[in-house]
Amino acid sequence: MFKLELIQNLAGHKGIVWNVSWHPLGKYFASCGEDKTIKLWSKSGQDWAIKTVLVDGHQRTIREVAWSPCGNFLASASFDATTAIWDKKSGEFQCNATLEGHENEVKSVAWSPSGHLLATCGRDKSVWVWEVAGEDEYECEAVLNAHNQDVKKVAWHPSLDILASASYDNTVKLYQEDPVDNDWTCVATLHSHESTVWSLAFDKTGERLATCSDDRTVKIWKEYKPDNQEGVVVTDREAVWKCICTLSGFHTRCIYDIAWCHKTDLIATACGDDIIRIFKESEDSDPNAPTFELLCTKKNAHSQDVNCVAWNPSGNQELLSCSDDGEIKIWKFTEA
Amino acid sequence: MISFFSKLSLNNSSKQPVEVAKPAYMDKSATLQELGYKDENELRETIYDYLRTIRDPEKPNTLEDLKVVYEEGIFVKEPTADKVPVLRVEYNPTVPHCSLATLIGLCIRIKILRSIHHPVKLDIFIKKGAHTTEDEINKQINDKERIAAAMENPNLRNLVENCIAEEE
Repeated sequence: MFKLELIQNLAGHKGIVWNVSWHPLGKYFASCGEDKTIKLWSKSGQDWAIKTVLVDGHQRTIREVAWSPCGNFLASASFDATTAIWDKKSGEFQCNATLEGHENEVKSVAWSPSGHLLATCGRDKSVWVWEVAGEDEYECEAVLNAHNQDVKKVAWHPSLDILASASYDNTVKLYQEDPVDNDWTCVATLHSHESTVWSLAFDKTGERLATCSDDRTVKIWKEYKPDNQEGVVVTDREAVWKCICTLSGFHTRCIYDIAWCHKTDLIATACGDDIIRIFKESEDSDPNAPTFELLCTKKNAHSQDVNCVAWNPSGNQELLSCSDDGEIKIWKFTEA
Repeated sequence: MISFFSKLSLNNSSKQPVEVAKPAYMDKSATLQELGYKDENELRETIYDYLRTIRDPEKPNTLEDLKVVYEEGIFVKEPTADKVPVLRVEYNPTVPHCSLATLIGLCIRIKILRSIHHPVKLDIFIKKGAHTTEDEINKQINDKERIAAAMENPNLRNLVENCIAEEE
């Protein structure tokens, strides 16, 4: 038997909390939401508490926050059409760069594993790739217009400069820079979800991707490279991605977020039925047709929709969640 | 075609979540009574009372006058596992190409969320066949991120506030 044990309930935001993001070392985290503030939380003694509040960075809802891999920069994406980059070179956290270009709401922001690139996406249907060009300088490398509706989420491969995006057009797309002409292009489109894809997460190898949708399913996709042993046909020497598993019948409302722990391989989902669920691949699972077990269903995790889940990157099985109910909760996954 | 690419590969047959074990109707009435409603009808009537006074965005009438909302369009569905009531609200735009259908959907949602005293899950839909782009609109008015962004747009917000303001 497994369970999610509540460590602490963190109040502080007013209104919807949209996103929480662990610092890469897992000692503190950032949160953001409808109240247009970013809060930085850390442990003082036994309890988690607000350490810093970042205000005046955005005019509207802050939809997502993301730490750079080095842990020195925090990016925030807002409905005010901008992405802000914060750092504490001066001693205090300050916004030292603002990325402008999206026509309206920016919905997601993510740093590449090297920290040299940044991706953003939004309601204008585009995905932007930014290069860190120097101190507080960011240059647009590419504007990718592959989706034909809002782009909800961007996420990078854990070790390579491969970008994935999830959209209101029900698809997921992957992008890579062409080494010949340095142009970013869409290299794969993943069709199978029947409604908006809200979020996605790579596993630790980057060869698998988990996606979650308004169609109330989670899908697991696997990359098949050219000349793969399974005999999957690959054209144009580009890898193909196949849906190898659909988890249906578990979630009863839209699934807003999914997190795949790179240390423990546990998958957590945030659902509109107020429940957090934890899945893990079965021991005897076939890599080409895996089975996943539901290890834990945390009912009443929040009193309203769960918007985001995030595993502590240290692998200590701590999970953060946040909700429309204005709260952030920190959980510990344990074997009872 | 190799069979392992089939889309379905489930492992939930033996591990059904416990919450589905009870008959649905039992859960439903328990939920409603705990929230202070006698039965489903009382919840429907309460919701309808919130909606009937919403003003049409461009006519001097209410949505009730124009038969855009109607009591039979409110459905109490099976609640969530956490016993939160799930409501489906159907509405009927006056003309099939009504350009304000999205705005009306937004007004219905905001009015219910502001009036009701407990959590509720809302699914709002245009009556089947009542609009030329109903699928598109249905998707939009049930996307909470779009709704949140719309309510931060000062013009749209004003329009909604004017439609749902209570008469003095």
